[in-house]
Amino acid sequence: MNAQANRLESQYQSGSAGIWQLAWRRLKRDRVAMVSLGIVIAFMLVILLSALGLIAKHWDDQVGVSFAHPTFSGKADNGEALRAEDALPELAVPKDAAIVDLNDVDPLADVMPEIVAKAKQLELSVPPKAQTLAFGGDKWGRDIIAKTIKGAQSSVFVGFAAAFMAIFLGTLLGAFAGYFGGWVNDFLEWIYNVFTSIPNLLLILAFAAVFNSRGLFTVIMILGITGWTGVYRLIRAEYLKHVNREYVKAAEAIGASHWRRMFVHILPNVSHIILVNLSMLVVGFIKAEVILSYLGFGVPVEMTSWGTMLQEAQSELVNGYWWQFVAAAFLSMAVLITAFSLLTDALRDALDPKIK
Amino acid sequence: MTTYIIRRLWQMIPTMLGVMLLVFLLFHTFAGDPAQVLAGKISNKADIENIRKQLGVDEPYWKQMAIFAKQVVTADFGRSWSTKEPVSEIFAKRIGPSLTIMVPILIIEMILCVALAMLVAYWRGSLTDRAVLIVCTIAMSVSFLAYIIAGQYLLGYRWQIFPVQGWSDSLITNLTTYAPLPVLLAVLVGLGPGIRFYRSVFLDEINHDYVRTARAKGLPESKVLFKHVLRNAMIPIITNVAMSLPSLIFGAFLLEKFFSIPGLGREVINAVDKSDFPIIKAVTIYLAFATMVFNLLADVLYRVADPRVEFK
Repeated sequence: MNAQANRLESQYQSGSAGIWQLAWRRLKRDRVAMVSLGIVIAFMLVILLSALGLIAKHWDDQVGVSFAHPTFSGKADNGEALRAEDALPELAVPKDAAIVDLNDVDPLADVMPEIVAKAKQLELSVPPKAQTLAFGGDKWGRDIIAKTIKGAQSSVFVGFAAAFMAIFLGTLLGAFAGYFGGWVNDFLEWIYNVFTSIPNLLLILAFAAVFNSRGLFTVIMILGITGWTGVYRLIRAEYLKHVNREYVKAAEAIGASHWRRMFVHILPNVSHIILVNLSMLVVGFIKAEVILSYLGFGVPVEMTSWGTMLQEAQSELVNGYWWQFVAAAFLSMAVLITAFSLLTDALRDALDPKIK
Repeated sequence: MTTYIIRRLWQMIPTMLGVMLLVFLLFHTFAGDPAQVLAGKISNKADIENIRKQLGVDEPYWKQMAIFAKQVVTADFGRSWSTKEPVSEIFAKRIGPSLTIMVPILIIEMILCVALAMLVAYWRGSLTDRAVLIVCTIAMSVSFLAYIIAGQYLLGYRWQIFPVQGWSDSLITNLTTYAPLPVLLAVLVGLGPGIRFYRSVFLDEINHDYVRTARAKGLPESKVLFKHVLRNAMIPIITNVAMSLPSLIFGAFLLEKFFSIPGLGREVINAVDKSDFPIIKAVTIYLAFATMVFNLLADVLYRVADPRVEFK
């Protein structure tokens, strides 16, 4: 009781705190939220470093043997049997085949010595391939840890970029519909109804069928164009409420333009909704990217993402190579998404004054 | 009530026209000439020429739109570009398997979610409540793909409790042999979001006056929850179920792909892969229509659940 009184007192002394300050205070008291925030920040740092090329730059290098075991699992090599199978069976040469002097038919015969000499000049330094890697290797002997970091980079980038695009579209359209009302509202409501009457994943697939090129940009476009409806709904409702408030009328009286009233006066008052929705969309889009990439409609395999890693992991699992699956699906994706979702929940509670 | 339904059906027309326009814009103007889209996918030049003629590619847009509108109205979307089967036949064949797994999923998931959410709401504020919520959040964070891959590997391949995949012609065999594993996995995935959603619905209700009255007259808490709160929470429950109904037709397409179930969802994925536009167009139109009908159904059911609801 006493502590609360003290807090109240200090609040009065410093003047009333804004919504963000209050929210931050509430958030700080939530231990789960702070741990989640720490995890999310750690992930973002790793992804930033990898985007800057400081870590996981050489994820594509084949540093280990094919399907190198994780060091901690204790097994050294497993690939012997597999590579023996892979090796081409020796061609049986018929015994009575006449030996032809290839120099007669080989068009390269004249330049061959030159080529051989040049090849000798090039020192091919193949570093010895590791028998085990810290968390195992994939089919090509690439380090799973580096690959997972690179995969996280694509997946999280797609998630954020698509979420920003959806938020941008949803906020813009929602603001127009709520602010202007009338035929603008009717028209945008019609578009909203059309988009929401098609199940979301089907809509995404329909767009994926039409966009022929596959790549990061395409996935972001598809997710952004199909994902704006939820934000639109909320922002429109807020603008409907705010447009008749006195501060907006006051802004009109001093001659603020429509644009200024919409985005300078009203927008900051609904920005907490945008923030909560942004983080919800990021979580949803990362999941959607994984599914799209798995199906082959998303991030191309050579760029690697959590989705393409899961695609590879599916067949590996049957052969007992579990590490790529565990790294992509659980150790990275599940941890990040859990932290992100818990943070979103806490953020919503902290920003919603009605709950307290 | 009849006037209400008729008016709602009337209001569907502009939305339906919008869906048609969206599909038309996507597949006819944006996607470009089928000759280009199908290059490398269908090698027979005459086939492509035939498709172009059917779509009326060389005609003006309004004529193409008229052809498409006729397809929608007559529910005849022509033939699949890759298999040349009539789209309506593909639908008739594929919808059975989709329903065989989706109906059990929907029923089991709803009953389990509501019951478990009730329990959690009963223990609200306790450590169990918080723990269940965190477990739900973690369970929601693992990709659906990971559940399927791990479930298929462990339960199907490793421990051989269920067949890894397959499908037969008999409904009974399908239900008892092939459907349980996909159904189990889907229900498992649906529990996380379901429990969280229904819990918040029940907690919203619990603060109402009628709950206090029920408690004050000495009803046990279980009766308060399962009789009074549950009835009052019917509207969001109906909304939630109605919203998940369209996916009943579309099917859990990932499950169908993984378990080789010849359902509609898998058909759509294959169609996207092969740029088989007639199938995607038809599914989109049908599902948009179904969604609107289910929404109307939900609104009508609100009245059944709560007589105070009035049709405006």
